Parts: sequence; C-alpha cells; structure tokens
Amino acid sequence: MAHAYTPGLQVAERTVIHKERRLPLKGDVLIKEGDTVEAEQIIARAYLPGDVELLNIAGQLGVSGDEIKPYLKKKEGDEVKKGEIIAESKGLFGMFKTQVKSPIDGVIESISFVTGQAILRHPPQEVSIKAYINGTVEKVVPEEGAIIRTVATFIQGIFGIGGEGYGEILPVCSSPDETLTPDLIPETAKGKVIVGGSFVTYEALQRAVEVGATGVVVGGIDADDLRHFLGYDIGVAITGTEKKGITLIVTEGFGRMNMAKKTFELLTKYAGRRASINGATQIRAGVMRPEVIITQEGEAEEPYKGWETGLEVGHLVRIIREPYFGQIGRVVELPPPLEQIETEAHVRILKVKLDDKVVTIPRANVEIIQG
Amino acid sequence: MSQEKDYNAILATDCGSTTTKAILIEKRNNEYRLRVRGEAPTTVEAPFEDVTRGVLNAVREVEELSNRDILEGEKIVKPALNEREGIDTYVSTSSAGGGLQMLVVGVVKSMTAESAARAALGAGAIVMETIAVDDGRLPHEKIQLIRHLRPDMILLSGGVDGGTITHVVQMAQIIAAADPKPRFGLTYKLPIIYAGNKDARDEVKKILGDKFDLHIVENIRPRLEEENLIPARNKIHELFMEHVMSQAPGYRKLMDWVDAPIMPTPGAVGLLVHHVAKKRGIDVIGVDIGGATTDIFSVFKGTFNRTVSANLGMSYSISNVLVEAGLANIKRWLPFDIGDADLCNRIKNKMIRPTTIPQTIEELKIEQAIAREALRLAFLHHKTMAVELKGVQRQRTISDVFIQEAAKSLINMMSLALIIGSGGVLSHAPRRVQAAMMLLDAFQPEGITQLAVDSIFMMPHLGVLTTVHERAALEVFDKDCLIRLGTAIAPVGDGKEGEEAVKVELPNQTVTVKFGEINRVPLEEGQKVKVRIIPGRKFDVGNGRGRELITEVGGGVVGLLIDARGRPLKLPEDNTKRKETLVKWFESVDMYPK
Repeated sequence: MAHAYTPGLQVAERTVIHKERRLPLKGDVLIKEGDTVEAEQIIARAYLPGDVELLNIAGQLGVSGDEIKPYLKKKEGDEVKKGEIIAESKGLFGMFKTQVKSPIDGVIESISFVTGQAILRHPPQEVSIKAYINGTVEKVVPEEGAIIRTVATFIQGIFGIGGEGYGEILPVCSSPDETLTPDLIPETAKGKVIVGGSFVTYEALQRAVEVGATGVVVGGIDADDLRHFLGYDIGVAITGTEKKGITLIVTEGFGRMNMAKKTFELLTKYAGRRASINGATQIRAGVMRPEVIITQEGEAEEPYKGWETGLEVGHLVRIIREPYFGQIGRVVELPPPLEQIETEAHVRILKVKLDDKVVTIPRANVEIIQG
Repeated sequence: MSQEKDYNAILATDCGSTTTKAILIEKRNNEYRLRVRGEAPTTVEAPFEDVTRGVLNAVREVEELSNRDILEGEKIVKPALNEREGIDTYVSTSSAGGGLQMLVVGVVKSMTAESAARAALGAGAIVMETIAVDDGRLPHEKIQLIRHLRPDMILLSGGVDGGTITHVVQMAQIIAAADPKPRFGLTYKLPIIYAGNKDARDEVKKILGDKFDLHIVENIRPRLEEENLIPARNKIHELFMEHVMSQAPGYRKLMDWVDAPIMPTPGAVGLLVHHVAKKRGIDVIGVDIGGATTDIFSVFKGTFNRTVSANLGMSYSISNVLVEAGLANIKRWLPFDIGDADLCNRIKNKMIRPTTIPQTIEELKIEQAIAREALRLAFLHHKTMAVELKGVQRQRTISDVFIQEAAKSLINMMSLALIIGSGGVLSHAPRRVQAAMMLLDAFQPEGITQLAVDSIFMMPHLGVLTTVHERAALEVFDKDCLIRLGTAIAPVGDGKEGEEAVKVELPNQTVTVKFGEINRVPLEEGQKVKVRIIPGRKFDVGNGRGRELITEVGGGVVGLLIDARGRPLKLPEDNTKRKETLVKWFESVDMYPK
C-alpha cells in the first residue's frame, strides 16, 4: 500500500529542475535544444482562433432563416470590416432598405439557412509562453514548447495565489517567527519578492500590492484575511489565475505559523538574487504546489532520499494537524501495529520528540522535513 | 443482461483516482460471498502511466490473501482451472484520471437541458456545465464558455420530435463555432452525442459531422411528457469505453482483460442502487461522500436519479462546504464554542493537507459537523434534480391557479425505506452510531427508515458485476457489503418540549420518547422484530397524524434510533441551550467517548 504519511514539501538548495513549458494549442517553438534561455524570454508562440459573434441576419431582415439567401452580399469565408454590409433587403422601390452590417473586423465563418444566422470570427489572438526559469533547453516538444533544465534552489510552499512572476528576493523580517506588517514593506519593494516570517496581515498584503511588489512569501495567513484580500472565499484548492496584482506563497499553512527554518535561511541567504515564483496550487490529482526557484551556477547536490525510504526513526517531521499543529520534532518510535487514538479510531501512529515531551501522532498527520 | 452462469470465482476491480481496489468473490455452499480484498496505488499517472500495473498489484495482494493463483505472469487466468487456480470472470470500473467529464447542451434549461443532464449524471459523468438557449448567457458568452472547457464528450439535446428545429440547430452552431477540444490528446475528434429532435438530425450532421465524432441516438425528450434517457446513457457508456478510456494510459490492455465494459465508478454504484431498489420494491437513497465530491443516488417510485455535488467533499473541497453552508451552519452542530478564525483556519488546513485525520474528539466533532452540512447541501441539490418532468401540461382546477407551480420532487422521505452511506467519513467513523447520526441529521428521514453503510467501498464492483451476474452481486451486497446500522423511527411533526411524541412497543419492552429527544434501543444485526408504534396526536409515523403503525423493523450494529427531535429538525437558537441539547442527544445515543 501507499506510504501512510505525507511526503513533505521540497526545500533544496541545489537541485535539478526540469520545467515543461507548453502552449495551450499547437504553434511555433522559437528555441532549439541546447539553447540558453532567460526566464522572461518568449520561447513559443501560437495564434488562438479569434472569438466569434453570432449575427442574426434573418431577424434583422424580418424574414425566416431559409429566405435570407437572396439578400446576402457576402459569403462564407469572406473577410469583413466593421460596418460593412453583409445582407440587405430590397426595400420598397429601392428605398427603406434594411441593412445588416458586420459588428466586427473579421471573417464570415458560416451562414445557416435554417437559423438565418451568420457566425463571424474575430482575428486570431497571439498566445505566447516564456521560459519562466533561466536554464538550457533540454528538449523541444515540436509545435508545443520545450523542457527547460536548470540547477536551482527550489522551495515549495503549501498554498498560493496568483501566477508566475520574477523578481529580486527581499527579506524584510529578521526571523522566521516575525509577523510581516505594512511598516516593514519599503517603497523599494516594487518588482521584488518580499520574504516575511510567520504571518502576513491583510494590511501588509495590501501594502505589498500598493508598492507594486511581485510576490510575498510567508509562513502563514489567516483564512479570513485571505478572503478579505481576494474578495471571495476559496472553496477548492485550485489557484493560480487570481488577478490581485501579486503572487502569494504560503509555506506552512493557515494561521500564524513560523516559516520552516531551512526555508527562511535559504531565502535570506539569497537576498538580492532574482527568483521565479508561481502561486498556482492544485491539490487534487496531479498535485501542484506553489514554488520559488532561484537559479544557481554549478552542479546539483545529491537529491534528498528520505521520502523514498519512508518514515524512519530519527527523521525530522512537522505535525500538520491539531493538537500539535505546526510543531517540529524527531521521530523516536514507529510501532508497527495499529493503535487506538483519542477518537477511538485504530490507525498507524508514531512517536515524536518535541522540545519538552514525546507525543503520539497518527502517521497521516506528519510530513517529513528535509535535513 | 445477467446470464447467471455458474461462476465459482469472480474478480472485480475499481480503479479509483488514488487507489485500485480488487475483490475476490467465491461461491461456497451455493452462496456467493466476498473472500478477500486487496488494494494498491493507481498507476495512471507518471512514472508508471499504465493502469494495469496498479490492477496487477491489487490482484497480487488478493492472491496472497486468498491462496488462489489468479495471475500467470501478467495475465489473468480465465476461466478457473480448479478451486485454487484462476477465476471465471473479471469486471472493472474506473474513475481514474478525473472520471468522465461532460458538457451538456439543450434548448430549454428546465426541460431538454435538464433531461440531458440527468442522462449524463445517470451514466456516471461529472457535468462540467449545462448550456441552454435560455440560460441567461449571450451567444458569445456561451461560445467562450464552451471553448474553455475541455470535456471528454458533449451531449446535445433539444426539441421534441416533430417540433421546431431552429433552436437545437442554433445550439449545434454554437458548439461548432466554439470548437472545443477533448481533454486527453490533441489528435482525436471530440465525441458528441446528439439526442434531440429527430427532424434536426440532418442539419446537425451538416454542422457537426466533419469537425466532431458525431453519434446520433433517439431523442431524450421525444414528447414533453416522456423522458427517454436509456439510449443516450448507453451511448455515453459505449463512448466512455471506446474513446475516453482508450486514451488513458493502459486502458486498452485493461479493456481486453474484462468480460463486461468498464463502467465509470459512479455509474456502477448507481446501477447497484437501482437494482437493489427494484429487487426489493423499495425507495432507496445512496450517498457517497468523498474528498472532492458527494454523489447522491435515489430511486423513488422506480425512477432513478443521480446528482454529483462536484465541490462538496471532506478534503479537497472541504473549504467549499464552509463557503456554501456558512460558518454558522457548521458551528450549530458543535457542542462547544470555537472562534471563527480558528475554525476557518482548521478547515483550510485540511483542504491543503487532505490526507490528515482527526486526532482529538474535538477535531472529530468538527469533521462530522462539516460532513452533516456537506450531506445536507448535496441532498438539497439532489432534490432539485430528482423531480417530475417539467413542461408537461396538466389538467388544473381553479384552486391550482393560485398555487405557484413548482417542479414536484420525487423524493418522499416518508416512503424512503433505506439510506446507504459510503465514503470515509461515514464508513470509517470510529463509532457506527456516529455515521447513523450524520445520516439522520443531514437527510432527516421520516417514519421508518433503515440505515446502512458500505463497509469497504465495494458498491462500484458489485454495480458492474450486476451486468454479468446479478445474483452474485446482490448476494454479496446483502451479506458482505452492507453494514446495517439499524432502523430509525422518526415521527413527523412539531411539539412542545417534554410532550410525548411517540411510544414504541417492542416484544419485551415499551419505549416512550418525548419531543426533542432521541433514544437508542439495542437490536442486534440480523434480528427482526414486530413493533407497534403509537405517535402522539400531532405526530405521523407513516399512517397519518396520531395513527399507530404496526410493522417489522430490522436491527443493526447501532440498533433502533427513535428520533423524536421533530421534522424538520430544529436546534435551539440560544447558544447555551443549543450546546446542552447537542450534548444530551450525543449522550443519549452514546455517540462519543466520555
């Protein structure tokens, strides 16, 4: 059976990242294998068929759908300009003509003699994708995009909002337990990724938007502050398309939660470096967590293997549910048989040494922390 | 159809989005029983990308536990060679890869579009969106919406046979203009089923025939008075197999292994619920509350309905239960005070870490409070879909003119005989009485209703098995799948606190329950007793107000729950009184440890 624990979030100083970058529809790939790319460089482009408009010709002429043919001045496939006549009635003695004009610049895609309607299509729209990270093109997916490889510091958050962004890292809190308040955010945070500590207030988020920051990375946020900031409540954890002028990455969870030590240290160490960030989160099938990527020179370190072996005595874990939510400790015992917990459920448990005591926790309620 | 062959060993799997579950059914002493169950992670996604890996792993677990050799290498040995080697038939369901996602298009929202949605839901699909001429969206908005969805399949309906074809043709044009792409793969054509006015078939073919993989079936609504869902439903199943499933990794192989078409998991559950209701001649509700969605199945007066509340669930979409129900509705089920911010944070934290479980009693009570609301909302949704056909002309008397016409719900809580609960929060509640109380509070059954839970989520397997061996499916359902919780006796009516609501005469005792109270009487599983139920003069248990009812009731692991808390169930508005009332109810049924 699957491992009965949550494989924590990845936080690594030097790891290899392969990013798949794909167009939503087929188009042109502008780079080739082996190319070096910059995060903000456009690497593929496509043209999305334009939006369509329905034009009720029969309705405007006051005839039925099968009667419109003689009145048509244009046919399927014709290009039209806004205001151009598509159909015209004969009128009375050549007067009082009714004209049906094109509401858009575009092409007549089809005309139906059943409904008496024409479908007009706007010119195509350009869609492009950027490299998102600095790196080299590992593989080109013809007509769709590419896979970019890089060695980078990689930090996964637990939840985020907003899409991709790039900016210089700007830590403003001095410790992982400090609250990010508006007064800590300087005007110079414009275009930067602000790093906070345990908690961000609603007012601080607003301040970050006001100064034009690219993103905020922080340990925790109150669910109510997030609702207030977004203007609505998030029901399902599928995010990334919010347009709030900022990308938010929460590294630990909801409520006041100290940012994990390693995460905070890495973000502080690389202050001033440019990072690629993405708040997109999707917790159902194909889990996607928000991320901070800081490209590094040189080779990657040995990848963390702790998750492959499963939980072991000595592993550092974070408790991810009440009553010890957010606390970090080491595994001291992993009894194999099922044990009864307070709810009377029989589950697999482990014992974790916290600062002052050893507690029993269901294995489902911890996640492994690297290091 | 069932051929009732003399099978001795049956293998069934359900390839869920996270786990593949296999069961082995054996015939012993002329009786079909569950022998063992095995499970393994589903392997549709990378790095495996082959669903059969997970199936083989689950089957290997079954082999180990049963001492029966089922596989020879990576091949299922069929038919059985002897009592220890091979199996006689193999069936499977699947909801891996997000299940079957459909777009439904009709002409009138409350008529053909609603019928089409019922057909899609009944087939086990998730309806991503329902689009109709009168849905309030402008044509370009409809087009925008369609082109952004990536359904597995579209069902287009509209118009009665012989009626006007203009509107349904218009909807076909809108689909053609939007040119939606299928969810899996850019290489194949998106299947569209046309089940509308037969006179529009040629026009629809002209518009959609080239761009899409168009299939034409009988009209879903040939006349206003008639709904004909079966041909569309069958076509959905067929296309699910041929197109959608075959695009998913490993399914072509799996399709060769099975002896009946692979069904979408919820479609199979629905089929089983339908079979059970038909066989016993009773009205049934089945509910499956999962992490992301809650499915409700009902059969009333022989009519089957299914709804999916796509964003009401206990993990991925738990936060949406809070959004839809509101904090106050969740908090009303808690016998203690908790700060709003604290509760909201806990719910959001469960959403982002969906695999965690409650460790404390307080956390368990919160989780079960949320489950009540998710179930209640999903049931409300179901009631709006499970209605008699709209648009049917009825003879009206002068008095009817003054009654606002509303769609008549098929759901009759008094005639409801059985509620089957499924899903972790119900099936794995530490005490079974907790599951019974969640069902009672959310559904509020009236009169006499049996309560049960699906022990190990076997209903999908048994549902698809009904298509090859109905007897085996129903025998196992009866003996191994259901855990009978017991029977609820719930008088309908409102009274004063302390007033006698109902008296129940059992063979060796008489129990009187006052209004506002609930009482639990032990009655073991398998036991059936005749009871005389005498309601107070303002209360009804099925025979009318104040009229007694003599009937037989079945026991279960919980026993009898005599629920005189009133229908509709009301909680005191005063916070202290409300908490006291909850504590009293919980204690009287022994719901939580002291």
